[in-house]
Amino acid sequence: MTQQLPCGAGVGFKPEHFAAIAADAPPLAFFEVHAENFMGEGGRPHAQLARLRETYALSIHGVGLSIGGEGPLDRAHLARLKVLIDRYAPESFSEHLAWSSHGGAFFNDLLPLPYTPATLARVADHIGEVQDRLGRRMLLENPSTYVRFEESSIGEVEFLRELVRRTGCGLLLDVNNVFVCATNHGTDARAYLADFPFEAVGEIHLGGHDADVDDAGAPLLIDAHGSPVADPVWTLFGEVIARAGPRPSLIEWDNDVPDWPVLRAEAERAAAILARAGAARAA
Amino acid sequence: MATLSGFAAALTATDLQPPPGLAGPAGRRFAVYRNNVAVGLIGALEARFPAVRALVGEEFFRAMARDFTLSHPPASPVLMVYGDALPDFIAAFPPAADLPYLADVARIEAARTRAYHAADAPRLGPAAFAGIDPTAVAGLRLDLNPAVELVAAAHPACTIFRMALGLEPAGPIDPWLPQHTLVDRPAHDVTVRLLPPGAHAFLAALGAGAPLGAAAAGAADPRFDPAAALAELIGSGLACRIHLPETHDDDA
Repeated sequence: MTQQLPCGAGVGFKPEHFAAIAADAPPLAFFEVHAENFMGEGGRPHAQLARLRETYALSIHGVGLSIGGEGPLDRAHLARLKVLIDRYAPESFSEHLAWSSHGGAFFNDLLPLPYTPATLARVADHIGEVQDRLGRRMLLENPSTYVRFEESSIGEVEFLRELVRRTGCGLLLDVNNVFVCATNHGTDARAYLADFPFEAVGEIHLGGHDADVDDAGAPLLIDAHGSPVADPVWTLFGEVIARAGPRPSLIEWDNDVPDWPVLRAEAERAAAILARAGAARAA
Repeated sequence: MATLSGFAAALTATDLQPPPGLAGPAGRRFAVYRNNVAVGLIGALEARFPAVRALVGEEFFRAMARDFTLSHPPASPVLMVYGDALPDFIAAFPPAADLPYLADVARIEAARTRAYHAADAPRLGPAAFAGIDPTAVAGLRLDLNPAVELVAAAHPACTIFRMALGLEPAGPIDPWLPQHTLVDRPAHDVTVRLLPPGAHAFLAALGAGAPLGAAAAGAADPRFDPAAALAELIGSGLACRIHLPETHDDDA
């Protein structure tokens, strides 16, 4: 098993696109699925995924492990992930710097955590346990956040870099999340990216966001994954790729899912940016 | 370490206040999380229970689902099984008391999702039964396919379910009789259909491990047609494994 996604563009797989993908045979580098959607035992989901897997590289992306949670990891869920990963041997497994369960209840959202020495130690322990149990390196994704904690004493990039150092994990850089956070917290996305440890980045995510305002009328962007990638995010992506070189890059579109050609066109836009950067570096 | 406990409590608290420890005025910002949690869990139930939603309307369903998510938050991140407890919740939900069939419709819908995700298994047709000694048939024990679920209802829940989703034309239901429903997944699509009288008891007995002869004899309904039930069982491939009487669990 190659534990590295091919360095091209991919999309998040949606079952409603299965027939169109089968007919279209798009030249994509990989597909990504949410692990939890394939934790049933059989039926159509697994038939479709097995079929896709015959042709394409695969990223399994977890949304429910609650790596940033206060309590111990859910061992039953980790066992389910192990079964799924053993079954499909994906090129990549990733999860989030976030929590989603607390006190035995699952909240179905990627919730923020303070960045402190204590939370750093806890998250590092959790990543270590995941990697030991799954027998592979994982990628950790930078989150979209809407609030910040007074007790946070470590910057997010520093927090991620230290997790990489302590656990050997890789990173999934979500460029839309960088833009959303910078907007929401009045920080500089380019400064964040200038400091980012690109050598650890095994995958990039691109998705759409919605716009709202906060109590003070300041812009508040929501990581909604229900629209095209925004122009400023494309610009940041181009800058990242020009600097770091091509990386496996994924279009996420999970809500208000468009027809297949629209999603494919988004992936082609990413592929063109990757190809240009690859050609420029080769020249 | 209390930070996340306070955050978690505030996600579902009725006072709509953000938790302590957040930087700046965080009301609308924290509300994004509160909204994501509520909409996400209610949405999972809406996706799983479309017939119940159609029967009570969006506003009623969301209010009921909200109550359910607060009293029965999911214990697992695998949301495809979230809502197994909703039928019993509906049965005891006072505002739905004048829709006594609603819980049974929800039982059909819950079974439908389980069937959709059930393990793949053989569907034994006539060929699988062809070589069996006729004198042994009454002693056969069968495992039903993991996708097969039976729903017994005191109301015409199968017809109501099908009408609610437009699978058959809506109209008056007369006579208003108990209905027993078979939920199955022959290939990848789940089927929901009405069982003839006695067939539910027959299949339920088989599923509980009774031999074929005893299961047929135990179907108390005088209208039960054993030959038709056997034809359904074999013709639809409801069994996935045959245990011959001599060897019990060892032979397939």
